[in-house]
Amino acid sequence: MDTVYIFLQHYWWFVVSLLGALLVFLLFVQGGQGMLYVIGKTDMERNLIVNSLGRKWELTFTTLVTFGGAFFASFPLFYSTSFGGAFYVWMLILLVFVLQAVAYEYRRKPSNLLGEKTYNWFLMINGVLGTFLLGTAVATLFTGAPFVVDKANFGNYEGFNTISRWTTAWYGLDALSDPRNILLGLSVLFLSRVLGLLYFMNNIDDTEIFSRSRRYLKWNAGLFLLFFLPFLLLLMLADGAAVDPKSGVIAIEPYKYLHNLLAMPLVLAVLLVGVVGVLWGIYIGVVRGGKRGIWPCGLGTVLTVLALLLTAGYNNTAYYPSTADLQSSLTIYNSSSSKFTLYVMGLVSLAIPFVVWYIAYVWRAMNRKPLTKKEIEQDEHAY
Amino acid sequence: MILSANDLMEVVDWSRAQFAMTAIYHWLFVPLTLGLGFICAIMETIYYRTGDLFWKRTVKFWMRIFGINFAIGVATGLILEFEFGTNWSNYSYFVGDIFGAPLAIEGIMAFFLESTFFAVMFFGWNRVSRGFHLASTWLTAIGANLSALWILVANAWMQYPTGTTFNPDTARHEMTSFWDVLFSPVAINKFFHTVTSGFVLAAVVVIGISAWYLLKKRETQMARRSIVIASIFGLCSSLFLATTGDGSAAQVAKTQPMKLAAMEALYAGEKEAGLVVFGVLRPEVGKKYLFEKNADAFYFKVEIPKLLSLLSFRNAEAYVPGINDMVFGNPEQQIIPIQGKMGLGQEALKAMKEYREAKATGDAVTQSYYNDLFDPNTPDGKYMHDFRLKHLGYAYLDNPTEAIPNIPLVFYSFRVMVGLGFYFILFFAITLVLSLRKTIGNRRWLLRLMIVSIPLVYLSSVAGWIVAEVGRQPWTVYEMLPASASVSNIASGSLMTTFFIFLVLFTILLIAELMIMFRQIKLGPQPAEIEGKTDSEK
Repeated sequence: MDTVYIFLQHYWWFVVSLLGALLVFLLFVQGGQGMLYVIGKTDMERNLIVNSLGRKWELTFTTLVTFGGAFFASFPLFYSTSFGGAFYVWMLILLVFVLQAVAYEYRRKPSNLLGEKTYNWFLMINGVLGTFLLGTAVATLFTGAPFVVDKANFGNYEGFNTISRWTTAWYGLDALSDPRNILLGLSVLFLSRVLGLLYFMNNIDDTEIFSRSRRYLKWNAGLFLLFFLPFLLLLMLADGAAVDPKSGVIAIEPYKYLHNLLAMPLVLAVLLVGVVGVLWGIYIGVVRGGKRGIWPCGLGTVLTVLALLLTAGYNNTAYYPSTADLQSSLTIYNSSSSKFTLYVMGLVSLAIPFVVWYIAYVWRAMNRKPLTKKEIEQDEHAY
Repeated sequence: MILSANDLMEVVDWSRAQFAMTAIYHWLFVPLTLGLGFICAIMETIYYRTGDLFWKRTVKFWMRIFGINFAIGVATGLILEFEFGTNWSNYSYFVGDIFGAPLAIEGIMAFFLESTFFAVMFFGWNRVSRGFHLASTWLTAIGANLSALWILVANAWMQYPTGTTFNPDTARHEMTSFWDVLFSPVAINKFFHTVTSGFVLAAVVVIGISAWYLLKKRETQMARRSIVIASIFGLCSSLFLATTGDGSAAQVAKTQPMKLAAMEALYAGEKEAGLVVFGVLRPEVGKKYLFEKNADAFYFKVEIPKLLSLLSFRNAEAYVPGINDMVFGNPEQQIIPIQGKMGLGQEALKAMKEYREAKATGDAVTQSYYNDLFDPNTPDGKYMHDFRLKHLGYAYLDNPTEAIPNIPLVFYSFRVMVGLGFYFILFFAITLVLSLRKTIGNRRWLLRLMIVSIPLVYLSSVAGWIVAEVGRQPWTVYEMLPASASVSNIASGSLMTTFFIFLVLFTILLIAELMIMFRQIKLGPQPAEIEGKTDSEK
């Protein structure tokens, strides 16, 4: 066994998981968009909300793109299997993100064809559907999907030569038939709203918006826990697909994810710290009415999602189980790029801390003073 | 779901249609941001050095135009990235080991740079220092252009695969030298050619919009000064563009002879080949009819003798192979006929299949035979890699004419691109001279011509991509993977549905974008007095 290769595969699963975790935190932008008319009662309040989120939406979008790019680079077989198979779900996700990308810039510009209201709706659709669908899609990393992979098909120069195919005609919409996927979808939706509300409390200097956000925070946090805790429980009880690293043979193992957490105490600790962080952030916002709840909650989100994704792929687990043909399931061993490619990209990834540093530096420089009504009234670039 | 042969062709066509549509929309917005980013940065540098508020107002106006374009460029870019997976499942697996790395690097290094500093550039005027703001504007422009670097490296690899070796265990190409992929001559040339085409486009747009102000006798100072900057920037860029274009054609001659033959509709190869300046093709050309004599393919043509040989091989006597040479082979020029290449590709695939079967059954003898056969360091292995695997993609063709791209489309697009390219050099030169003589506002016909040049520059830009991408057909990866073996296994109906959804959506967004843009131009830069109030450092 090539230990360097195995290390690189684990390293890249960690990087992809971390990007996914950061993405879920940054979905506070989507969460906030979804409540545009709930928190913003007047045009001015809505403008404040949009402009506050509008300084961050690019970051979320870029993280989504990078998450996709990194997944493609490190585990191309997943890219080819999931994107080419769960076609409808990914296309829907793309569609709602296109709506978002133009909405900020165009909504208040004169002669924008569709009118401000339509663009506001674009933001809300992206906020609700984007988060729910991403959560549902990510849940299939645990619950599996109906696909078959056979690399030998590539050798068929006459006739059928695709390596992977979906076995149902639903092309990804089948994910909606597993209640666990829906639970995680709804969890991500309400978590993003919790984060969005905490972000408003931190970033917008307006008492009305602050107190309204605080009120709604209670409800959204409750709903988040209502969906997330059952998901977590069902996950701990669920069967998982375990791979024998020597032979590559995949077998069903009861309580696989529970076993994974017990076998990897560090990951378990990260998960617990993460959950506490999320709850702590909510506590600061709801009970103490503080402004800084976004930070523990955000960090907690990153840790929780990171731990869950590591549970999906580490400890010889198939991170994308096939419900149609168990041996087609994807593991970090059978779906990764070559050792050399992972190594080269590993060197490149050393730049990530630097990237995070300058993003944090710019974020601080730009957020030194919270956003006020006065500022966006005077800013010709305001959304 | 398993596709039948008929379905497959439909899926290939719709996948291509969807990708081409997204790419063309993407390319309507991106090139402007490539160049306008630098034009804004230059203008802001002048503001930084002089402190003259005129420049701040000017740069803010051009930034507004930048921002309107940027959003929709980002939106269409996201779709393109994911369409590699959704529409081209086999392809994304086959090339993932090479293509993924540039894409991931692009995300880590370029996109974050661009999007982080983009926010400062737009909203940071009163939140960060002037120096920090200026740096942000430069970094946004650099980030945008770096984003282009990595994706063009990937595209260059599809045109000219290098730095990789086929691995029969995984049934894909794997990277063996990152530097060969990154510094492939095709990649470097393609990068400079493409980004400078964006600079030229942005310069023409700035000049055209400024000309409109001069015609309306509004904002004349901003318009004149913008024209001077844009025409210097444009003239340098367009000269460089012509140089890299020439380099690009010479590379195509070496690496993709079929594309070159299609660009020239050259059927019978010849020494001292002439360059067709202009010509009208007969309709049979589009139906892949193979003409015996080159002249028969045209209703008429205007040709410069020997120029094609000279430009392609830097030698006026050189032999330029034609389409017939490639299809039927030409032993004198050592060109293997396509039928022969199809056989070589099939041998490679058969060997791979037998190797995999031997591995599955644990047949050690057969396995070691094939291990040697696929090892590039053995003589048999060298033949395997240099001849059989090199022509892997031909195995999937049913008939040799499938290897010919759409000639009329490539032929005419090439002429549109090159013709307009030379026009723009002249355009910038005249604009610069007249604006330095300060007589530019007196020539209304010229101002109108500047406005008309805006759609022309977009036309030439898209035409350039059509030459590059349609000319590469039927391959997604040159000679290694045809489009027909690249697609996902999905029903053509799903592709059709999403094609039309995105077509309608992009078209609506394009119309909205244009309306907003025209309105913003009509509104012009913000009045100076408002500017003064928000200017904290004043």
